[in-house]
Amino acid sequence: MSAAVSEARPLLEVKGLRMHFPVTEGLVSRRLVGEVKAVDGIDFIVRRGETLGLVGESGCGKTTTGRCILRLERPTAGEILYDGVDVAKMERKELLALRRRIQVIFQDPYSSLNPRMKVGDIIGEPIKVHGIESDAGRRTTRVRELLSVCGLDPRFADRYPHEMSGGQRQRVGIARALALNPEFIVCDEAVSALDVSIQAQVVNLLEDLRERFGLTYLFIAHDLSVVRHLCQRVAVMYLGRIVELADSDELFGHPLHPYTQALLAAVPVPDPSVEAHRTFRPVQGEVPSPINPPSGCVFHPRCAIAVAGCKHARPELRQLRPGHFVACSEVR
Amino acid sequence: MAPLLEIRDLHTEFRTGAGVVRAVDGISYTVEPGETVAIVGESGSGKSVSALSVLRLIPDPPGRITHGEILFVGRDIMQLSDEAMREVRGGEIGMVFQEPMTSLNPVLTIGRQITETLEQHRGLDRAAAQKRAVELLGLVGIADATRRLKQYPHQLSGGMRQRIMIAIALACDPKLIIADEPTTALDVTIQAQILELMKDLTRRLNVALIIITHNLGVVARYANRVNVMYAGRLVESGPAAEVYHNPRHPYTMALLRSVPRLDRPRQERLDPVEGQPPDLTRLDAGCAFRPRCRFAVEVCAGARPPLAMAGGPGHLAACFQSHVVGRETGAAA
Repeated sequence: MSAAVSEARPLLEVKGLRMHFPVTEGLVSRRLVGEVKAVDGIDFIVRRGETLGLVGESGCGKTTTGRCILRLERPTAGEILYDGVDVAKMERKELLALRRRIQVIFQDPYSSLNPRMKVGDIIGEPIKVHGIESDAGRRTTRVRELLSVCGLDPRFADRYPHEMSGGQRQRVGIARALALNPEFIVCDEAVSALDVSIQAQVVNLLEDLRERFGLTYLFIAHDLSVVRHLCQRVAVMYLGRIVELADSDELFGHPLHPYTQALLAAVPVPDPSVEAHRTFRPVQGEVPSPINPPSGCVFHPRCAIAVAGCKHARPELRQLRPGHFVACSEVR
Repeated sequence: MAPLLEIRDLHTEFRTGAGVVRAVDGISYTVEPGETVAIVGESGSGKSVSALSVLRLIPDPPGRITHGEILFVGRDIMQLSDEAMREVRGGEIGMVFQEPMTSLNPVLTIGRQITETLEQHRGLDRAAAQKRAVELLGLVGIADATRRLKQYPHQLSGGMRQRIMIAIALACDPKLIIADEPTTALDVTIQAQILELMKDLTRRLNVALIIITHNLGVVARYANRVNVMYAGRLVESGPAAEVYHNPRHPYTMALLRSVPRLDRPRQERLDPVEGQPPDLTRLDAGCAFRPRCRFAVEVCAGARPPLAMAGGPGHLAACFQSHVVGRETGAAA
C-alpha cells in the first residue's frame, strides 16, 4: 500500500468502543444486577475503498459494533470518528446527514422489507424522506435505475416482496441501501440467509458495486470463506473484544491467535479427499456469558496454550508482523 | 444384505393457495446399516420433507404422502398403524432437529424428557430409566449429569440442548437417526463439536445416519454417500468422493463451484449458479434445472430425466447430458 493512502485519514476510526447493556431484575422497581459487555473496548479503522471483515460467533459483539457505527445504539464509551466527526456525539440534524453517507444491508430480506409496500416504494422511500427528489416521475426513473444496477428487472418496482425469491429480495435491500448514494455500507450478515447457489451471485454483486461506486464496506459475517473472499482486512472478535486483526491473506494464511486457529480449523472444506486427511480436535467448551466474562484473557478457559498469567492480565492487541495485530501474550 | 432403509418412488404433496406443490416428486434411495447418507439441497428442494415423510410427520392437511413405499428393516412404514408408527419414531428411528429449543418440551426437565422416552418405548421403570439417562448424558459428553437432568431446556446453551437431543435420539438403541440441519443454528466451533460427537457415536454404536444439510463442507467431512436434491427430485446420488470430484449433474457441478474455499487460493470472482430457484407451483414437464443450465438441449424441455448410471459404481445422475458434464468435470480433475 502506498504511503499516500495509508497516511490519509481513514474513513472510519473506532477508538475504545464499549457498549454495555444493563441487566435488570424485578418487575416494579427494576434493579441493576449487572451488565452485558457486548463490546468491551475495541479499536480499528476502515480505510476509504476497502472492505473490512468483522467475524466471530454469536454474542461476540460484531453486530452491536455495526449498530453503534450506525448510531442505532449510543455507545457506553469510546469514539466513532466518521470522516473525523464523532458519530456518538452527533445531534439529530447531523445524524440525518450521516444516514445519507452510511447505509446498512441486513441479513434477513424477509423481515427487513415492509411486506405492504411495493418494491418501488421501498427503494424510493429514502429518496423521498431525505428530500433528494420530490418529483415522482424522476423518482420512478431513479428506482428503475437502481433495480437494474442490482441485477433486477425494472418492472419489479410494481411487485411486493412476497412475490420474489430470497435472492431477489436481498437485491432489493441492496438497491434501497444504494438509493442515497452512500459512501459506506455496513453489511450485517448480508449473504448469510441466502441459499448457496444465490449467495455467490450476491457476493459478486457487492464486489461490482464497490468498484463501480467506490464504496467502503464493513462486512459483518460468521462465514469465514465468504469473508476471506470479500475482505481486504479482517478483525476477529471474541466476547466483545478484537483478538486478531490483519490483512485477509495474512490472517487466513498465518492465523496467530489460538481462537482464530480454532475457528478456521472448525470449518469443513467441501472436498471429501481433503477432509479424509484432515484430523482435528474441535476446541472444547462453549462461549462464556458476556455478563460475567472470564478474567484476564476472555479466551483462556478454552485455550490450548493458556498459562497461569492468562487468568489475570488482559492481553492488548500487539503488532507481531507488519499490519498483523494479535491480543495474546503467548504468541510471539 | 438388505438395506436398512429403502425408499421407493416417494411422492409428497402440499396443497397451497397457489396450487399443489410436489415437494417430493418421486425419489428413491437406500441407506445401509451403519452408514452416513447426506441429503443436500437448498430451501424448497424437498430435502426436509423427504425426511419427515420417512417419519410420517407430514402435517395433513395441507400435506400428504400420495405415493411410495418406505421399507424399514423389511416393513413398509406406510402400512403401519399410527400406534405402531409412534413405536418406530423415537424407538428404532431417532430424530435430531435443527432447533433444539423448539423440539424439546420447555416445561419438562431434561431428565423427564429422556426417561419418558425410555419408559414409553422400553417399558423401563423410573429407577432404571433414571440410571440409563445418566449413562446417556455421559455418552454425549455432558458432565455433571445428575444436576443437568434436573434442569429445563432454557437453562442450557444451544450446543448443550443439541447434545440432549442426541441423547434422546440414542436412548432406545435406534438403528437409524435422521438429523435435519442438526447444526445450522449453532456457531461454527459448536457445530464442529456436535458433528464430531455424532460421527463418533454413530460409528461406535453402528447407527445409520441420514443427515440433511445445505452445507457442502459438512457433507464432505461426514457423509459416506450423498443425495443431491433439486425441486423435489434427486438429481444426483453416489459415494461422496465420487460426486464431489466427478459430478455428473450440472446443478451439483455448479453448486460445488460456487462456494469459496478456504483451502484454495482466493479466486478473483465467484462462479455462481445463475438464475433463481424454481417456483414449484409452476413446473413444466421438462427438467426443472433447465432454465439455469448451460448444458440444456432440446430434449431437456420435453421430459424429466430419470436417475441413471453415470460415472463409477453406485453413481447416479438425472441428466440427459450427464456424459457431457462428465467430460468437463473429468477434464478438470
